[in-house]
Amino acid sequence: MEQGLLPWPPLQRALCAGEEKRVGTRTVVVGHRPVSETDAYVAQKFCDNRIVSSKYTLWNFLPKNLFEQFRRIANFYFLIIFLVQVIVDTPTSPVTSGLPLFFVITVTAIKQGYEDWLRHRADNEVNKSNVFIVENAKQVQKESEKIKVGDIVEVKADETFPCDLIFLASSSVDGTCYVTTASLDGESNFKTHYAVRDTTVLCTDEAIDALTATIECEQPQPDLYKSLGPENLLLKGATLKNTKKIYGVAVYTGMETKMALNYQGKSQKRSAVEKSINAFLIVYLCILLSKATVCTTLKYVWQSNPFNDEPWYNEKTKKERETFKVLRMFTDFLSFMVLFNFIIPVSMYVTVEMQKFLGSFFISWDKEMYDEEIKEGALVNTSDLNEELGQVEYVFTDKTGTLTENSMEFIECCIDGHKYKDCISEVDGFSQTDGPLKYYGKSREELFLRALCLCHTVQIKEADQVDGLIGHPEHRYTYISSSPDEIALVKGAEKYGFTFLGLENNFMKIRNQKNEMETYQLLHVLNFDPVRRRMSVIVRTTTGKLLLFCKGADSSIFPRVQQEEIQQTKVHVDRNAMDGYRTLCVAFKELTQKEYDKIDRQLNEAKMALQDREEKMAKVFEDTEADMHLIGATAVEDRLQEQSAETIEALHAAGMKVWVLTGDKMETAKSTCYACRLFQTSTELLELTAKTVGESERKEDRLHELLMEYHKKSWTLSQEYGLIIDGSTLSLILNPSQDSSSSNYKNIFLQICLKCTAVLCCRMAPLQKAQIVRMVKNTKGSPITLSIGDGANDVSMILEAHVGIGIKGKEGRQASRNSDYAVPKFKHLRKLLLAHGHLYYVRIAHLVQYFFYKNLCFILPQFLYQFFCGFSQQPLYDAAYLTMYNICFTSLPILAYSLLEQHINIDTLTADPQLYMKVSDNAMLQWKPFLYWTFLGAFEGLVFFFGVYFLFQNSSLEDNGKVFGNWTFGTIVFTVLVFTVTLKLALDTRFWTWMNHFVIWGSLAFYVFFSFFWGGVIWPFLKQQRMYFVFAHMLTSVSTWLAIILLIFISLFPEILLIVLKNIKEKSHQGHGASTAGVGSPGWLPAGWHGCRICPGQRWLLPCQPCPGPAAWYWQDQCPPGLTLSQETMG
Amino acid sequence: MGFWSWGVVTLQNECPGNTLAYSSISFFYSPTVNDCPFFPLQIDYTGTEPSSPCNKCLNVSWDSSPPCTCTINFTLEHSFESNVFMYYGLSNFYQNHRRYVKSRDDSQLNGDNASLLNPSKECEPYRTNEDKPIAPCGAIANSMFNDTLELYRIDNDTRTPITLIKKGIAWWTDKNVKFRNPTGDGNLTALFQGTTKPVNWPKPVYMLDSEPDNNGFINEDFIVWMRTAALPTFRKLYRLIERKNNLQPTLQAGKYSLDIAYNYPVHSFDGRKRMILSTISWMGGKNPFLGIAYITVGSICFFLGVVLLIIHHKYGNRNTSADIPN
Repeated sequence: MEQGLLPWPPLQRALCAGEEKRVGTRTVVVGHRPVSETDAYVAQKFCDNRIVSSKYTLWNFLPKNLFEQFRRIANFYFLIIFLVQVIVDTPTSPVTSGLPLFFVITVTAIKQGYEDWLRHRADNEVNKSNVFIVENAKQVQKESEKIKVGDIVEVKADETFPCDLIFLASSSVDGTCYVTTASLDGESNFKTHYAVRDTTVLCTDEAIDALTATIECEQPQPDLYKSLGPENLLLKGATLKNTKKIYGVAVYTGMETKMALNYQGKSQKRSAVEKSINAFLIVYLCILLSKATVCTTLKYVWQSNPFNDEPWYNEKTKKERETFKVLRMFTDFLSFMVLFNFIIPVSMYVTVEMQKFLGSFFISWDKEMYDEEIKEGALVNTSDLNEELGQVEYVFTDKTGTLTENSMEFIECCIDGHKYKDCISEVDGFSQTDGPLKYYGKSREELFLRALCLCHTVQIKEADQVDGLIGHPEHRYTYISSSPDEIALVKGAEKYGFTFLGLENNFMKIRNQKNEMETYQLLHVLNFDPVRRRMSVIVRTTTGKLLLFCKGADSSIFPRVQQEEIQQTKVHVDRNAMDGYRTLCVAFKELTQKEYDKIDRQLNEAKMALQDREEKMAKVFEDTEADMHLIGATAVEDRLQEQSAETIEALHAAGMKVWVLTGDKMETAKSTCYACRLFQTSTELLELTAKTVGESERKEDRLHELLMEYHKKSWTLSQEYGLIIDGSTLSLILNPSQDSSSSNYKNIFLQICLKCTAVLCCRMAPLQKAQIVRMVKNTKGSPITLSIGDGANDVSMILEAHVGIGIKGKEGRQASRNSDYAVPKFKHLRKLLLAHGHLYYVRIAHLVQYFFYKNLCFILPQFLYQFFCGFSQQPLYDAAYLTMYNICFTSLPILAYSLLEQHINIDTLTADPQLYMKVSDNAMLQWKPFLYWTFLGAFEGLVFFFGVYFLFQNSSLEDNGKVFGNWTFGTIVFTVLVFTVTLKLALDTRFWTWMNHFVIWGSLAFYVFFSFFWGGVIWPFLKQQRMYFVFAHMLTSVSTWLAIILLIFISLFPEILLIVLKNIKEKSHQGHGASTAGVGSPGWLPAGWHGCRICPGQRWLLPCQPCPGPAAWYWQDQCPPGLTLSQETMG
Repeated sequence: MGFWSWGVVTLQNECPGNTLAYSSISFFYSPTVNDCPFFPLQIDYTGTEPSSPCNKCLNVSWDSSPPCTCTINFTLEHSFESNVFMYYGLSNFYQNHRRYVKSRDDSQLNGDNASLLNPSKECEPYRTNEDKPIAPCGAIANSMFNDTLELYRIDNDTRTPITLIKKGIAWWTDKNVKFRNPTGDGNLTALFQGTTKPVNWPKPVYMLDSEPDNNGFINEDFIVWMRTAALPTFRKLYRLIERKNNLQPTLQAGKYSLDIAYNYPVHSFDGRKRMILSTISWMGGKNPFLGIAYITVGSICFFLGVVLLIIHHKYGNRNTSADIPN
């Protein structure tokens, strides 16, 4: 017996180590019993069933992790510096750069090691679980990882499948089983799988052991969503339900299972902040190099004077004298590099990483983003993009399930042009019959309702079997489907008396209006796909008639039915679409046995095809679904999600451009856009649709004319523009037929798009969505894009955009699995972007700038000191201070700041979208703020050094006349430095928590404590006891105290002055606040208007609504006519 | 002169009087003596000018014996009332040069016997001499300041020596913890057996002073020298002059002479030597920088405060009406 069971297109993939590239198909020998003696049984080598999601093992962790870490440019740089210090005689010991590097490497390694340990644990749980394998007609218990391809595995109810299995036999007689794939794609409905027909009977250990067969199947491939495998493939990770036990043969094991293949391959997204960091790094590297060059040059200029080079009191060693001058210069250069290398902030990367990792918890902990309905909050899949949320310029949103609830309600239907709504007696009425009965059934209406009952993939889930016996039959079951539309339709049919009772042994049962049972044999389901935009079923009635029912979008149905039937229905469909309903058309045709046989044969052929299966299937579908008769159309309402309009308004006001990308009809989408205020009544709409372009052959020219017309029109700033484009027109623009001059039109189109505040793209295929995102992403200035969607058709655009957001909606979990962040509702986007994104951006930008700043004013005094020590690379600070500065004294305050800072209250940020614009365009990491920070760092470095320099003109600073030396000099500079940079952060902190207090004052206290401790002991491991009692002596001098306080004050003076000036400016602005939109008080609002909100960016007062923020109120200078809200009323 | 010593304002021969911009930090040569009340007195005795009494010693070398001596007379116009501190100052002497700073062995100085006979490699090229370990080793110790300064009050042509106290000039922790003589039996000479004196020294370390608690590594002059200065122009505490009784000032106004045993050559590297007499307040030594800086910053703050107050007064009132909370 030879079977080709798995007709998937070939995919070459070499995943198992040691296996050559495998082409085509794989042959699995069931139970390892060769089919015939003559067949040379060459055992193909397959993976074992071990799942390895972990990256490291105990043995390779150290080398592999180190290698990975040193691939990072910054780590590698510090490694080089460290090696230079070890090899060359440098001013500072290797410890000074080795220890911070070690710290950074260790922290990262611990984090990665921990994550890997978690993966190991998860792997083991799967790999070590017990499974039963049928061997020699006996059940053998084995660990899951021991399963080999070809083993026959027995799985009991509620167990998960240990590997990908071909379903051979089940305990149920009809050879079916129910499976839920909740852990794979989040769809919790039960899917029915069918055993291979020839083996259905082999439902005992002995029987199944006697089976001799080989399976021809194609090579493993990761596509989980294309189709969840043919009906007899059971996927690893899915769970067996409602079936006692099944037998299956392992075909894909371990890393070749679909589940494992799907774990890989999500590309890494990098944030824009990282690019800024790299640019700054280069600047600082240049500063470092030029400092080292300047010092080296000056050193040799200075040394040209022999008594400077080698005075009698300071002779060179023999070795030093013998070295070549060029080599000496080179080592001098390296030494200066080492001395100044701290200007590159070693711990910045690890701090950034920790900030992102810890910071992402705030999103998932946010109670306001918790949804009671699904009992889940926001989900963070990657923490790398937190700050990107504050930089979004374009928002691409799906409509269904994102802007709308995706909970469908059957509103009305139209049958043969007659409209039916709510109940039978109303409009047009069911009682009214139209003409003679032409086809099966008593009337068109009944045919229509039967079509609704039959043409779907809805399943029935028995809600509670015990209760069900007693309770009303209506409540005994719930409908489950991957599409909410279908449920709405089935429920709609039920309302009119036709109840779908379920599918048993390929027979669909319906209870009709007269409470009679009707059964139909389900022959074929032509599944829905987004390209075809329709689905069909072929059924056989009890009388033997063969019927094909088809339902789908009007655009895909109308070309396939008798043209004279369309007109009446089209009117209804269009009107429904205008009202914002989702419309579907229903058609049918009767098949003769001959026709059916042909279709059946073609379908089976296509299903079995190992190559180009999709294309072949599509071809058969195309041929089958033709020449149908239109019966009617349905209208289903999809309600807007709560607050989606307010959210879109807020995004607009925050300067973001919102594009709606939907697969829906233009009319439906347009009305939704109006409802959620994407388009205002005042918005001027530009349309580039099949309607305006026309269907003629000249449509391309017409399109170009339109484009030019829109492009040349006079764009006024006060007017808002909206653009509507549909899929076919878009593909005309993006993929023009003749390649002449068309790229130019693409540009014009893009320019028009960028000028519009809102764009609606309807009739989009999933790939087109991604295409649009890519187009915008690659425009000049590469704006940050965000995609939000809930369904599988949004995955492509979610992956394409800079930030992908999934909605934990009703259409499974594909979107949220592939997203960077997942939220329960669209309205949460507002807080996610306006508050969290803004804060994360401000935090990380401040963190980056602060890091460069604090290292600049750390190293600048050391650089200046070279001018006073004969360019001898004498370090200013003690090695302990050099080492600890970045990792102990100044690391925690900035980390706490970058986690907790709210420079503006989080509620104000959510309430006032205009604040978002303040940080747009990466505003805080541009060159101007960078220069400001750099100058601040340089200024402070100068103050530190020269302040202490002048203090040391008389170095006897103690009251007993004793004298301070060079290490006291450095310690005073360092003390001023640590206090200044920490207090600077304290000045910047607007949001104080106990944690900020703890780390800021704790760091300073730790510094003082450490200095006492470090100077209080003669350390046996140190060659020189430089710091012995230096700190304590320093503190006994009153002059030093006065100098330290003065220098800290001078260093912070510009900052303090700036804060004072800002305060004054803000206050005076508040006085004149009416001239610009700003935060003010509601005191001036007319009576009765209290509790009303006037939104910025909007030109009218919103009707009385509770304000989202606390006492934040907004107004706009331009008041709507009739409302006299002028400055006088404010007084 | 310091490579980087340009632009430091020095007002010479002038008492600060009412001006604040006085700077006592004179590392330029001041041919006459600064003598103002509360400000230190500095005498440059390098002897570069032919007229200087020390000119004859300018090119002295380390091993000249007997030492070249010279005397500088000066007049103190105001008396020093409280304890006076006597410093020597050196200019253009790079005690903070890296090669110099690290050229010492702290464990040897801490009395470690192993390090005494086997000094650290950092001491090169002052580690051994004629195969014997140098104690104390290193460039710092080798170049220890060895001029002898003596002060006389001239009263009607009689020279009364001023008592100079040589103990209490080093940090207590240095003298008692960080610097230790080698341990063992016998006197210091025996303890330093097997070592040799630094090349430039006239006598070994155990003969620095006659008093045993100020001899060897714990000699305070030595300890003071071993604390390397931060800048190429520096001063180090040399002696203390204590006030004897409440009736007389420590140093009365009048004529004095400074006798110098000129051993320390500085001319070869363009250096300078000074003797400084200063009193000290509770704040430590006289430091004009702090005064100037505090007054400047204070005035700027006051000025800005006034300006901001005016701005606040002028513009600040208008918002009160709009600020009524809900």
